[in-house]
Amino acid sequence: MIELSPYLVLLLVGFLPNEIWRVLGVWIGRELPEDSEFVVWVRAVAVAVLAAVIAKLTLVPPGALATAAPLAVRLAAIACGFMTFLIVRRSVFAGLVAGEGALLIGGLLFPA
Amino acid sequence: MSPAPAESPTRPSAAAFLAGLLASFRSVFALVLIGTYVGVGALAHDFGFSLFWVMLSTVLVWAGPAQVIMISALGAGAPLFEVALAVFLSAVRFLPMVVALLPLLRGPHTRLRDLLVPAHFTAASMWVESFRLLPKLPQDERIPFCNGLAIGFMLWGHVGSVIGFYLAASLPTLLTAVLLFLTPMSFLLSTAQSSVTLVNRLALAFGLVVSPVLTYLQVGLDLMWTGLIAGSAAYAVHRLRGARR
Repeated sequence: MIELSPYLVLLLVGFLPNEIWRVLGVWIGRELPEDSEFVVWVRAVAVAVLAAVIAKLTLVPPGALATAAPLAVRLAAIACGFMTFLIVRRSVFAGLVAGEGALLIGGLLFPA
Repeated sequence: MSPAPAESPTRPSAAAFLAGLLASFRSVFALVLIGTYVGVGALAHDFGFSLFWVMLSTVLVWAGPAQVIMISALGAGAPLFEVALAVFLSAVRFLPMVVALLPLLRGPHTRLRDLLVPAHFTAASMWVESFRLLPKLPQDERIPFCNGLAIGFMLWGHVGSVIGFYLAASLPTLLTAVLLFLTPMSFLLSTAQSSVTLVNRLALAFGLVVSPVLTYLQVGLDLMWTGLIAGSAAYAVHRLRGARR
């Protein structure tokens, strides 16, 4: 097999398979009015896919997150961050600090 | 969308671009992106990629989860086709995200090619912040503002990549875990914050429940199916409530 340049690899396995969805999105969405029911549904689908990304990154995370913080710590940390967000006037920053802090403390107390 | 108030005349697009760039500095996502890309930079260093390659991948791919997948799979020597497929599947979210964003960006005189740049910049950070910030702006400032915002976010990502690349060897595993945890934590909080309507809140809640079930059942294309099932269920509730009123 020929050795491909790392930049060609980046284009073929990184840029193209990723970008195709964005271009398709422009093609499908180019003429939709903002208040159309279709756009309401599509936005709900987009939010649900983001929810799936959140769930997967928490439950079956990549690399160091899985090895350094056990599942129970990750779930407790995400719950802690979300509760803080709700209590502190829906502040993303406060929730983020609380969630990250909980993960750090949990990881120190319960090493996997 | 309501028209811009009469007392705020439209700024030239360079000023709107700059306003977007400055907005990225005030966003909580500046911190999230630095942290996330410290993780990406460290990962790339560990797998033997050059710093320039990582930064180019940020410009071309601009999707944290896809870059983590790509770097770890390529570094582990996975076949190119498998890496491309994994990136392809993880990027499904961009289709509905771009479709939902376009009506907010587009005015009566917008050309198709003007939409391709903000579409390329679409990622969770820029998408969530656009729904928060764009409705306050006049229609023809939105595309340059959006481009400035995304380029600002990208700069923060580059700052993180450089730090991570040179710190890689000295980062303890737990700290790397804390950095990787920024992505799900910030996605959750910012999506919750930007979801002000019932349909979007339900879509978020349903998605968080449906995704683990599909993953447990080992259903293929689970991201896409979660989106369609949970998103449509939320939309159905929204329609049923509307019908009763």
